[in-house]
Amino acid sequence: MGRFRFDLLLLLLAVHWGPALSDLVISKLDRRIDLTSQIVRMTISLKVENKGPDPVSKVSLTFPEHQANNLALLVAVSTEGKGKTRGPTTNLPIKINQPDDSPPSLIWYAAILPKELVKGESLTIDVLAVFTHTLRAFPEKITQSEPQLFLFQESAHFPSPYKVKSQSMTVKIPSENIESYTKLENTKFSNSEIKYGPYENLPPFSYSPVIIHFPSNKPFAVAQELIREIEISHWGNVQVTEHYTVIHGGAKSTGEFSRLDFQTRPHVRGASAFRNLLAMLPPRAHSIYYRDAIGNISTSNIYGDSSKTLLEIEPRYPMFGGWKTSFTIGYGLPLQDFLFQSEGTRFLNITFGSPMNDILVENLTVKVVLPEGSKDISVSVPFPVKQSQETKFSHLDIAGRPTIVVEKINVVPEHNQYFQVHYKFSNISLLTEPLMLIFGFFSLFVACIIYMHADFTISKSSASYLAKLQWDEVLGTIQLLQDIINRCLLVHDKLEASLRDLSRTGDVQACKAVRKAADNLLKDLSKESKPLLSLLQSSPQAAHIFPKVEELVVKERDLQEKIMLKHTMVVDSYEKKSGGRDIENRVASIQQKITVLKQEVDDLVEFVEDI
Amino acid sequence: MVGKVDAAKGGAKSLQSPASNQATSKPDLSSMSTAFSFKNLKLKTKQQELLIRVSILGLVYILAFITRLFSVLRYESMIHEFDPYFNYRTTLYLTEKGFYEFWNWFDSESWYPLGRIIGGTLYPGLMVTAAIIYWTLKFLRFAVHIREVCVLTAPFFASNTTIVAYFFGKELWDSGAGLVAAALIAICPGYISRSVAGSYDNEGVAIFALLLTFYLFVKAVNTGSLAWSLASAFGYFYMVSAWGGYVFIINLIPLYVLVLLITGRYSMRLYVAYNCMYIVGMLLAMQIRFVGFQHVQSGEHMAAMGVFFLIQVFYFLVYVKHMLNDKKLFQALLRIGVTSAVGVAAIALGVGTASGYISPWTGRFYSLLDPTYAKDHIPIIASVSEHQPTAWSSFMFDFHILLFLFPAGLYFCFKRLSDATIFIVMYGLTSMYFAGVMVRLILVATPAVCLISAIAVSATIKNLTQAIRGKNTQTMSSKGTNSSKGLSKQQASLDQTIPYLKNGATALLLGAFYLLSRYAIHCTWVTSEAYSSPSIVLAARGAHGQRIIFDDYREAYFWLRQNTPSDAKIMSWWDYGYQITAMGNRTVIVDNNTWNNTHIATVGRAMSSYEDEAYEIMRSLDVDYVLVVFGGVTGYSSDDINKFLWMVRIGGGVFPVIKEPDYLVNGEYRVDKGAAPKMLNCLMYKLCYYRFGELTTEYGKPPGYDRARGVEIGNKDVKLEYLEEAFTTSNWIVRIYKVKPPSNRW
Repeated sequence: MGRFRFDLLLLLLAVHWGPALSDLVISKLDRRIDLTSQIVRMTISLKVENKGPDPVSKVSLTFPEHQANNLALLVAVSTEGKGKTRGPTTNLPIKINQPDDSPPSLIWYAAILPKELVKGESLTIDVLAVFTHTLRAFPEKITQSEPQLFLFQESAHFPSPYKVKSQSMTVKIPSENIESYTKLENTKFSNSEIKYGPYENLPPFSYSPVIIHFPSNKPFAVAQELIREIEISHWGNVQVTEHYTVIHGGAKSTGEFSRLDFQTRPHVRGASAFRNLLAMLPPRAHSIYYRDAIGNISTSNIYGDSSKTLLEIEPRYPMFGGWKTSFTIGYGLPLQDFLFQSEGTRFLNITFGSPMNDILVENLTVKVVLPEGSKDISVSVPFPVKQSQETKFSHLDIAGRPTIVVEKINVVPEHNQYFQVHYKFSNISLLTEPLMLIFGFFSLFVACIIYMHADFTISKSSASYLAKLQWDEVLGTIQLLQDIINRCLLVHDKLEASLRDLSRTGDVQACKAVRKAADNLLKDLSKESKPLLSLLQSSPQAAHIFPKVEELVVKERDLQEKIMLKHTMVVDSYEKKSGGRDIENRVASIQQKITVLKQEVDDLVEFVEDI
Repeated sequence: MVGKVDAAKGGAKSLQSPASNQATSKPDLSSMSTAFSFKNLKLKTKQQELLIRVSILGLVYILAFITRLFSVLRYESMIHEFDPYFNYRTTLYLTEKGFYEFWNWFDSESWYPLGRIIGGTLYPGLMVTAAIIYWTLKFLRFAVHIREVCVLTAPFFASNTTIVAYFFGKELWDSGAGLVAAALIAICPGYISRSVAGSYDNEGVAIFALLLTFYLFVKAVNTGSLAWSLASAFGYFYMVSAWGGYVFIINLIPLYVLVLLITGRYSMRLYVAYNCMYIVGMLLAMQIRFVGFQHVQSGEHMAAMGVFFLIQVFYFLVYVKHMLNDKKLFQALLRIGVTSAVGVAAIALGVGTASGYISPWTGRFYSLLDPTYAKDHIPIIASVSEHQPTAWSSFMFDFHILLFLFPAGLYFCFKRLSDATIFIVMYGLTSMYFAGVMVRLILVATPAVCLISAIAVSATIKNLTQAIRGKNTQTMSSKGTNSSKGLSKQQASLDQTIPYLKNGATALLLGAFYLLSRYAIHCTWVTSEAYSSPSIVLAARGAHGQRIIFDDYREAYFWLRQNTPSDAKIMSWWDYGYQITAMGNRTVIVDNNTWNNTHIATVGRAMSSYEDEAYEIMRSLDVDYVLVVFGGVTGYSSDDINKFLWMVRIGGGVFPVIKEPDYLVNGEYRVDKGAAPKMLNCLMYKLCYYRFGELTTEYGKPPGYDRARGVEIGNKDVKLEYLEEAFTTSNWIVRIYKVKPPSNRW
């Protein structure tokens, strides 16, 4: 407070030595100050007239230092003409233009005019100045049930370096209640608006302090830090992740917090607290989440329509003055809404600031994570920012993703404008990661195949290794034998089938042909099986299973003979034209043996298969 | 080996019954031509079996994982309960600061003002495992958060446990039993209760390590191979690094060896397996700082050492017997040898205990052997709900049909006794006993119960299917072959020898499948309803059936984290210590580690004293905030008022000024008008019920109606002098009070 007063004193001193800048005269100056939120917005509309002989190319705007330090945004727009004949508006570039002889407590901004103002001409300029941290809680600490009061200090006269013919100031406060305000001449308070002025013919740098003390229970959500990470995936998604550290920037809460009071009369005992925040996300936002360091927060709602997605989030606890919280929200956006292509480059076009309503961001960091392999990156932001680059590693990255880091302090909702990131990216790089995955799995399988086929034994001459080799050989031999026996069994089946055909068609010749073929085949097979059997017999490893295998071979041969016998008998009887019943009777005994043998062979085959 | 013999027997058996399996090789006429091509394409039986086995195992592996994800689906990917928060916090520290920092970590945020040497007082296995998984994933360029790794560690290890169970079952019985064991253990509620996603606790990996060690040891005993016993030593090392339950292994294995020695099953295989496992395992286990020299000094580990010496004596005797070749002389030597060995051992034990070299058994160990010990001597152990003796209902709840299959499996094991089955029988019986002593030890019994039950299921179903298959093929064959009437007559006579065999077997098989499917349904139900709650987020059903979430714990912890000075000290009952440090990031006086009973008793004393006395204690402990959990508004019953008697008991155990009868009226614990005056004015009562008397909790009830206990409270006009309400969560479950600074004297 003391320092503030001292600044004022300096300012007043400055007034007296203030140089007569030029011959500009402000014929009319209207200021409207909006105090309905924590962000103070001042709109100044001034009509400038050149009374001097020299053409003027810029208009100076001055703000006291304490205000200028908190100036988040200053925009000036000039309009030619008046009333219905208003011409097109032009944005005026603004830069700091501190004259050498000015006291440091006054900061000068110069709005460059689109064309020089010659003698006698006039121009209307509309200025929007947005200030943060200018409302001062008084008292600084309140209890849960007390209302939150703020002090606002301003000069009723705009400290312009020019003469002002007529000026007025209107201050809008959030409600019709007011604690106190400085009463000057021509002061009017009505309908939550305080009007100072008009004041006529003021000299340059005139100053008339005004203090307004008023209640306000608007949410004083201040994000001390916000990190927005925008990650582009060319597979169709723009993922936005926002990490907030939010504090209630109003009067500090002191004393007890009573849940009972808050629960029963939330608007009286806890009026200064805010419970929720509203974020306006782009339409078609999906996969929205809301969580913090210790997990998901279940108190949030989404309302969506075609033009926007509203996300209402509630911190874990009601936010009282000075209470802090931190959380993360994230959402995905469709790529085609934000990524465009022009002249071989791609550019991302997305809003800069926080999607939250009426939140003040003290330190904003926007990180744009481009896909791996992006080149020729450039950023265009409509206001001055600090830029740098880093690399981020995400899924399956080798070189890392180039990341643009843009930092800005004191960001207000007015900064929520589109900015662009231009870069080059070839579509082929898109396939790198899937190919890497494919290659990874491929090499895994190849490794498995190699492992299964290669021999990793250290000692190739050890007994167990040799035994294992022999055993493998035995197994191989048995496998071959098994194949042969299975083929024999198939031949048996064929023979049986031919017998059935015979009983149906009575075609003896066909049956004989089948028999002949089968004979040859079986002979070949038995020839084939002989060396295998002798091999098994010679192998010591196969000693314990050899009897079984041998039995199998013998039994199979037995079965073979029996089937042959049956076949011959049946064919013979057909040739002799015996009756069906007669044949059956004759064959019955053999058939019985065949069945038993078949069973035995099957069992043996099963056993051998189990080895 | 065993399997082969069995198969041969089976083969021999089916040889006697003629014409079985004919149907497979001889289909009927119409399908003849197709059968040929089918037969050529068909995989060999062995390959088929392998394929089926591998795919079943793969499915079981996946099933074990996904059935544990109920908690993630119902709630979110978060850490559950109490201890897992400590594990999570340490894992975070490990991944951020590296292993050496972790190993040397002195944590000043807990046990204020004493602090805790974290590296020396924890089992690092779990954290290191999670960190290695995390680092591996990071190396493979998967950008996952360490929390996700921690949440999914337990399901991942549960899946691995099913594989171990398969191999164990195969080793014990046959691969069928292995498969059944894998399937049973995959969904057994007894195991799921400690391994759902988010249950990031030591037990999650320890059961895997336990079963792996046992499997490898049995394998070592069966093969007598150094490699296997070395592997089991490493399994044991992993177990030691993961969980204090390793004491079970180091006592069960010597016991098993002893039983084998007594039953005359001593063999060289056993000698190799045990010696290698014990020596290497011991050396490895001593590398864990928390175990260190305890492994050779404390009473719990002496059995292993004794058996180690005993087996040397045995070996020596066998050697002498071999050399002597004289029975009488050997008998005499045996007598002298055994007596002197036992004598030396007894003297060594006595001297060791007397000189303090061998530390006596700890209270926890005693309380396992004697279920009533903790209740009389260590209230802090008895106060934990999971240390209570197990009720029958929870056996039924956690095992379901396994409870009936367990004895059946034991029967099968005894019927085919081998080294391996003796082991599983001993494991089953001892762990069942411990499961009866403490609820949480059901977990240890679960693998044994699953394995033994799997033997029962597998053997039964195998017998039944054999019976059915035999019959089936007979009837089929009599139909299929057109010229075997005489044979079918013979079969008919066979049928009469065992009447209704086929029907009975089918009915039994259907019954078995019904039981097993009931088991699967029960397990899924239990998992989804009972074991998937994170207990830090509470869910209830509203009047219209909608889900209501009570997220009060996190609300309070996050408030602490954001809105208290970073060096604030929080006093609460020890249950919430880990959560406050992990989620609230603030210093606590006591936590779930419970290593210092006096400190906990001090907190208990403060909670059960009058406010002014408590203020003195809190001042001496530098307490800034006091946190209590209160369920009177929501009807949440596990709150501090219901735990209060334990605080009194634990406080009274160290400070005799606190006397339990002061808080009771005629031996009854109550909070309403009839409550004891000391109860109505102690700090805990005041903090829980501060301004509660003005609140109407339930329609039609007077204000100050406590829904958790169903009474109107006795002291509605609670005034606090030294503390002030700092925060109360939206459902009043957590209430935080600020300790006021001392008033100005001047």
